[in-house]
Amino acid sequence: MELLKCVDLSKSYGDDEALKDINLVIPKGRIVGLLGKNGAGKTTLIKLINDLLTPTKGEILINERPVGVESKKVISYLPERSYMNKSMSVKEALSMFKEFYEDFDYEKCKKTLKKLDLDMEMKISKMSKGMQEKLQLILVMSRRAELYILDEPLAGVDPAARENILDMILTNLGEDASLIISTHLISDIERILDDVIFINEGRIILYSPADELRNRENASIDDIFRRMFKC
Amino acid sequence: MDFVFDNDRPIYIQLVEQMEKFIVSGELASGVRLPSVRDFAVRCRVNPNTMQRALAELEELGLIYTERTNGKFVTSDEDLIKKFREKYAENKAVNFLTEMEELGYTKEETLEYLKNLNQED
Repeated sequence: MELLKCVDLSKSYGDDEALKDINLVIPKGRIVGLLGKNGAGKTTLIKLINDLLTPTKGEILINERPVGVESKKVISYLPERSYMNKSMSVKEALSMFKEFYEDFDYEKCKKTLKKLDLDMEMKISKMSKGMQEKLQLILVMSRRAELYILDEPLAGVDPAARENILDMILTNLGEDASLIISTHLISDIERILDDVIFINEGRIILYSPADELRNRENASIDDIFRRMFKC
Repeated sequence: MDFVFDNDRPIYIQLVEQMEKFIVSGELASGVRLPSVRDFAVRCRVNPNTMQRALAELEELGLIYTERTNGKFVTSDEDLIKKFREKYAENKAVNFLTEMEELGYTKEETLEYLKNLNQED
């Protein structure tokens, strides 16, 4: 049941060690918070899992096989920065996803967009930043993937809309699928997490079920994080 | 049925407590069918595994039960619900008495106080 496994994973940029000896197993059916300050190594780890960077050392397995063409088919990834062509309309973005990904559920995506009052004919460039982020998240969550990876999906979304995003995640996540969500806005999402990973200076310093951690420390994940990193 | 969570305590424990309260107060009527684990989780905005764990705990307490093909139901055992209600009331009352005691009221004075309060209403 190991969906993702990182073995002795390290990544350096020149002399700068961005990740050091990461050993990590994520089973099926979990929502995992990847929590760390800016520059802690979250995005590097995520890019490695998506095969967008090559490890300096170690390996990454998806369903017990090294990452590559096959793993890209089962991972749905929302990058930190937008890669979308803004001259497209919403409808064109959907068509693009349909063409790229076999597991993209066009009808479900259309339905979700309608529920959130996003117009299919609208040009992406005409949308607010928050709306653009919402659209991207809907696209990513409309794939029937085995692993979803969301890199900072909340940053540009106003607090009132964050609940919508949690709803979207919970509604669309298949039963056996897992989701990794990286964020530094912990208090907004900690309620939906099964497990939390604290990452700091390129190392995983804690990996625990969220409720166990709350029980042990009598505090919220957010508080525990702040205490540990004095922020 | 509104669930309110604080992030300081395990979410599944808070779910159990609040469901217990909804059941003893009748807001979740006895015998009523619960939504599926996933729908319920989405409605409360919690993780499905957390909801599953809370429901398993409530099932252990006897407050809900599973019918193999139909889903989960609130117990129809009125005596059990009553027992939980009494336990709830007892906890509240004991806490209240303790607090009054801390303010310097004897049990008799507290009772007198409550009686007078009642008459003023």
